[in-house]
Amino acid sequence: MKTGLSLFFIKRAFQDMISNRFLHIVTIVTIALSILIVSAFGLFYTNINEIMMSWKKGVKIMAYLNKDVEKIQLPELKQKILSLYGVSSVLFIPKEEALEKLKQQMKRQVSLFENLKENPLPDVFEVRMIPSTQNWGKVEILAAQIELFPQVAGVEYGQRWLSRVSGIFNLFKFAGTAMCIVFFMASVFIVANTIRLLFFSRREEFEIMRLVGATDGFIKAPFYIEGMIQGAIGGLAGILILFIIYFVITSNVDPGISSGFFTMRFLPVSTSIGILCGSMFSGWLGCYLSLKQFLKY
Amino acid sequence: MTENKAENAIIRMFHVHKRYGKKNALADITLDVEQNELLLVTGPSGAGKSTLLRLLYFGEALTEGQILIDGMNLSRISKNRIPLVRRQFGIIFQDYKLIPTKTVYENIALVLEVKGEKTRFIQKKVGSVLRTVGMEERINAFPPSLSGGEQQRIAVARAVVGDPKIILADEPTGSLDSESADVIMSLLKGVHDRGATVIIATHDKEIIHNTGGRVIYLKDGCLMEPPMPEPQTDKKKTITL
Repeated sequence: MKTGLSLFFIKRAFQDMISNRFLHIVTIVTIALSILIVSAFGLFYTNINEIMMSWKKGVKIMAYLNKDVEKIQLPELKQKILSLYGVSSVLFIPKEEALEKLKQQMKRQVSLFENLKENPLPDVFEVRMIPSTQNWGKVEILAAQIELFPQVAGVEYGQRWLSRVSGIFNLFKFAGTAMCIVFFMASVFIVANTIRLLFFSRREEFEIMRLVGATDGFIKAPFYIEGMIQGAIGGLAGILILFIIYFVITSNVDPGISSGFFTMRFLPVSTSIGILCGSMFSGWLGCYLSLKQFLKY
Repeated sequence: MTENKAENAIIRMFHVHKRYGKKNALADITLDVEQNELLLVTGPSGAGKSTLLRLLYFGEALTEGQILIDGMNLSRISKNRIPLVRRQFGIIFQDYKLIPTKTVYENIALVLEVKGEKTRFIQKKVGSVLRTVGMEERINAFPPSLSGGEQQRIAVARAVVGDPKIILADEPTGSLDSESADVIMSLLKGVHDRGATVIIATHDKEIIHNTGGRVIYLKDGCLMEPPMPEPQTDKKKTITL
């Protein structure tokens, strides 16, 4: 398309939007609300995901060894565990060190340890996973693999509750995705309806345009531009409103609550651009669906 | 002689039929229109005059037969070429068909915009045709604020602005007073004098008598011998475009 012609269509699109401003404002507000809801979900997801990641980083598997395991067997066993998929590090904690740690942690109940004839704790391998391979299913599989070694008496991977939280989070992710699809479709149908109304109200004008030799593309082009402008303005407004809400909330939250735990962040620029593009695409698609049924010879 | 005529024909119709259900709107029309010919299509209401014109600019598809416009067979062209066919015509309607929400300038400029002409050229050309039809002072007016005669002058300006080879006028004076009708007919004769082929559908006997040109008579969709004597040309003022 020639630059001059593109400018002509853009100019015509803006002229049309100004002359039918009420209908366009209603559409833009509706798109903005849809985008606000979708991007609010995105913001929540981004931050929850970060919290989950920070929790997951703490996941470790404790492999308790049998009492009859000889020290000489330890390097070979360590090497075998290290060779398993997803393992990043293996740390051997001798039972003496474990007891010392326990005593330090239970300083007030130190009398409990005075009458011990022998160390009741076993030697332990502390196994940590590569962060990128962490999900609860893989932790379980790895734990089961370690437990199969004859030298290992048992395994424990704490924070089992994380599994439940992870499940809820996945459910939330699924519901959120479904919600995004619903709102995307809502935006598409709203734009389609606006364009349909506009087209219907101006059908005589388009008939005249066709009689003087206008192609379908010539008639449709400004509508596509209008749809995309509606999507862009609606998308920008939605993200802007969310940013204001985010700003107000983060300004009023005590920084001490989250500082050691995680820092609340706004949507990454790439996600915001993605949402904006999605919004523009919904405008374009709405036009496409609406105009598809018109302009038939 | 006939061969010469055929070679010179810009429009050729062969056994053209148009039916709406079982009703024959046009039946077996065979007709040649030469380049730079002034053709008057007449006949009573419902005779098929407007249908004939609509078939030419692809306002409707024909049922049977063939139409050649400047060598292009309308039955064989693809849908996306229809706008290109229409650009060869300047069309004038009884009800003007101006876009009420666009100014006089915008209505006329549209013809050149669809062709992708540059703005400067469009401005120059629209200004020129508006001067010709004597409406340059109403360039920013909207059609509803104009009288019927003024609106039809704008319609003529729109029809000629793209320098089409063929002008089709469907009852161009049908809703005008005699003075306005004279102006419109003078404009159309001016377009014809400049080299365009002009086809006018009308049932106004005075126009038929005064305009000159070939007359064909339609009745019940069929070409017939005119029931009236050959029109006498009454030379009137001609506005040259």
